[in-house]
Amino acid sequence: MQFFLEVLIGGLLSGIMYSLVALGFVLIYKASGVFNFAQGAMVYFAALTTVGLVDSGMSLWLAILLTMVAMVVLGLLTEKIVLRPLVAQHEITLFMATIGLTFFVEGLAQAIWGANVRALDLGIEDVPLEWLLESANIAVSQFDLIASGIAAALVILLAIFFSKTKIGRALRAVADDHQAALSIGIPLQHIWAIVWAVAGFVALVAGLLWGARNGVQFALTFVALKALPVLILGGFTSVPGAILGGLIIGASEKLAEVYIGPHVGGGIEGWFPYVLALLFLLVRPEGLFGEKIIRRI
Amino acid sequence: MSEGRQIGEVILDLKNISLRFGGVKALTDISFDVREHEIRAIIGPNGAGKSSMLNVINGVYRPQEGDIVFRGEHHRDMNTYAAAKAGIARTFQNIALFKGMTVLDNIMTGRNLKMKSNFLLDAIYWGPAQREEIAHRRKVEEIIDFLEIQHIRKTPVGRLPYGLQKRVELGRALAAEPSILLLDEPMAGMNVEEKQDMCRFILDVNDQLGTTIVLIEHDMGVVMDISDRVVVLDYGKKIADGTPDEVRNNQDVIDAYLGVAH
Amino acid sequence: MLYREAGQFKATYVEDSEIFPIRQDKFGIALILAAAFVGIPLLSVAGILADYTFTAILTPFLIFALATLGLNILTGYAGQLSLGTAAFMAVGAFASYNFMLRIDGMPILGAFILGGLCAAAVGIVFGLPSLRIRGFYLAAATLATQFFIVWVLTKVGWFTNYNSSGVITAQKIEMFGYTFDTAFSKYLFVLSVVTVMALLAKNMVRTNVGRSWMAIRDMDMAAEVIGFRPMRTKLLAFAVSSFYCGVAGALFAYAYLGTVEPEGFSLDLSFRILFMVIIGGVGSILGSFFGAAFIVLVPIFLNTFTGFLENTVGIGLPSGISSSIELMVFGALIIFFLIVEPHGLARLWQIGKEKLRLWPFPH
Repeated sequence: MQFFLEVLIGGLLSGIMYSLVALGFVLIYKASGVFNFAQGAMVYFAALTTVGLVDSGMSLWLAILLTMVAMVVLGLLTEKIVLRPLVAQHEITLFMATIGLTFFVEGLAQAIWGANVRALDLGIEDVPLEWLLESANIAVSQFDLIASGIAAALVILLAIFFSKTKIGRALRAVADDHQAALSIGIPLQHIWAIVWAVAGFVALVAGLLWGARNGVQFALTFVALKALPVLILGGFTSVPGAILGGLIIGASEKLAEVYIGPHVGGGIEGWFPYVLALLFLLVRPEGLFGEKIIRRI
Repeated sequence: MSEGRQIGEVILDLKNISLRFGGVKALTDISFDVREHEIRAIIGPNGAGKSSMLNVINGVYRPQEGDIVFRGEHHRDMNTYAAAKAGIARTFQNIALFKGMTVLDNIMTGRNLKMKSNFLLDAIYWGPAQREEIAHRRKVEEIIDFLEIQHIRKTPVGRLPYGLQKRVELGRALAAEPSILLLDEPMAGMNVEEKQDMCRFILDVNDQLGTTIVLIEHDMGVVMDISDRVVVLDYGKKIADGTPDEVRNNQDVIDAYLGVAH
Repeated sequence: MLYREAGQFKATYVEDSEIFPIRQDKFGIALILAAAFVGIPLLSVAGILADYTFTAILTPFLIFALATLGLNILTGYAGQLSLGTAAFMAVGAFASYNFMLRIDGMPILGAFILGGLCAAAVGIVFGLPSLRIRGFYLAAATLATQFFIVWVLTKVGWFTNYNSSGVITAQKIEMFGYTFDTAFSKYLFVLSVVTVMALLAKNMVRTNVGRSWMAIRDMDMAAEVIGFRPMRTKLLAFAVSSFYCGVAGALFAYAYLGTVEPEGFSLDLSFRILFMVIIGGVGSILGSFFGAAFIVLVPIFLNTFTGFLENTVGIGLPSGISSSIELMVFGALIIFFLIVEPHGLARLWQIGKEKLRLWPFPH
């Protein structure tokens, strides 16, 4: 039982991080109808840039600040160079463009900083929480807890930003109907720029947390890809869906790895979330909280 | 109206059709029939449920209540495939052509149910597959001639003007050699000449091929001129049914169109 | 005026429905086939073409073209986006290997066809979600194929004949007592397979099955109403597409690499093939060849270019950076093509032909 709880908690904690990345997707998708496949590459780019700057002698905070600037610039350039010319194109075209963007951003990150694995130290130790270990004999990593605390805070902040602020309302209006939003005077391009900047920020936080945990390496882009099953589960347009989906994926993949994995040779974390999402799709194509799709003719 | 054709027995009988989307009632207890070889019009203000009615007939929507009798067979669960197989073809209000394909290919798709070839034979394209393709091509060329669109047969339909697209869509429906043809606003958005052409095609199809036609149209002049009987819907309910003259003088119909408070 | 259709009258529908109805096209295709089957072999025999030309350019180009063709059938013609192409290739490769390994006297072509059929079966299973979902929901679902298949091939030792490092070594390609073991003979073998399959694909897309795919792609509701059955049509597209990818995967293992591991069929390969489709032309058989050629040649050009920089200009690039630059170039090219010419090189080719129709006159 203790072991089960340990695995479950560990899974839920990593699930919050999935939620965070998934939120980056949802944000851009809601505002511009673009399914940004490059979110994973942005996570990698952000982590690599920060650690690269730190390794070249900069202080951590300055490095983070500079990376933030770089992420905003990257987001703005993406919006301007890639997406604006493709406005009103089919969503699959936009999707493929972001796959191209993925390659470009990954290449750019490696061209600047090299492809080696680097360690990132945020000053938080990855040790089990003592009091929990002593009182209940459950090992929960201090780092995971703090990291998911940060992620959870950001998730809540974004949820509030999205539902309560003026920009958030404008965002939702844009998501509902571009034309109508334009006609009541919402500056569309302005909104998109903000969204891409925020998505860049989310990628930075996710990149830092994951990079510190697993090392900054190319595999980060795959971790970010896990946000896809999260989105399928939660629905592409739902903030609560992204949060819940992340938790489900995080917990179930860890449990599956621990309890099913040994019987089939292990390593099932890599595909389990996708297959889970796939099976889920067959039952409920619109996701947990997604809008029901009604076909009209 | 032509003199040559003989209006026959009831071919399609719709009984007490009710259709809801969630809590919204689209159609309420509608019954009417269609006789063989006739031109039957469905009219009514916007949102009256006309397109929903067509969607029920060819199985796009499944009504919660009611019975569809087509050629003596009960279709409680009409689906699109069964409808197509049974000889029901249609056009759509917002043109639903295959935009990336040529006019010729679009019309050829209309004959798919008559083709026996499979993908392996198609891949080899030799012998029976080729003969079949050519035989159907011949048939399709007849339709192209009939609709006077020879000059655009190899043009992708996405590049055609609206009026011609409507004509191609009619061609695709005709290619199936349907026994009943459902036309959803075949003349919407057309200028006078285009409307006249389309009327002529519809009348010719009805007259020469004997195809039964059910059409939705907003142009009252056209409806009253070409149809044999008219059913009038308003807010998902049937408010009148009869010959053009009967309908024209019906008080409910006049109220519906002039907007008496409900 | 070179490419003049005027004056070429078709008296029958048979003539008008030929695979290459225009005389110049017929001539062009004949010329290309002659060059590929006779010209290049002559150059090779004369010693003008080195083995490198075959092993690094021509053979991979043809194999990738076949895989691109497969993906194009699914994505370009039937409108179902897939990110799992490499997985289907892997199934083809590993299935062919096992048929050769476990059945005595298995003819190599038989093994390839059976391998392709296995890929088709897997394609049907993983195509099932397409009946309920579309667009990038489906794309995300096909990622499941990619990761799951590679995992199965890695974990289940039987597939790799319990090789400790999970690598398979493809058997020799032997037919009628002849062994295709030189770079040049492998090229000819691949060329023959690809030519036949490309012609079959061309025939499919211009007859009823192709029309059913395009109908589902362009307007699925209308396709249903005129009697195409979405399930059958989509699954057939998955099956045929996966068959092509499976055979391409088998050729990839047997005629190109020789030894492969499941990891060789990574997501990256799937993306590369998707890029070939986009750059070559979505929904074009000919474009599949253009796209494959382009993506095979870009790294070679880049290498030549960096080599030139280093040797002639004297600017040495740090080691390892060229692969990063390759990624950037691919990414930028994709975005460029999607913005500037979404129908890819095939469309440019068509525009070129239309220009040739009038040339040398401006109008």
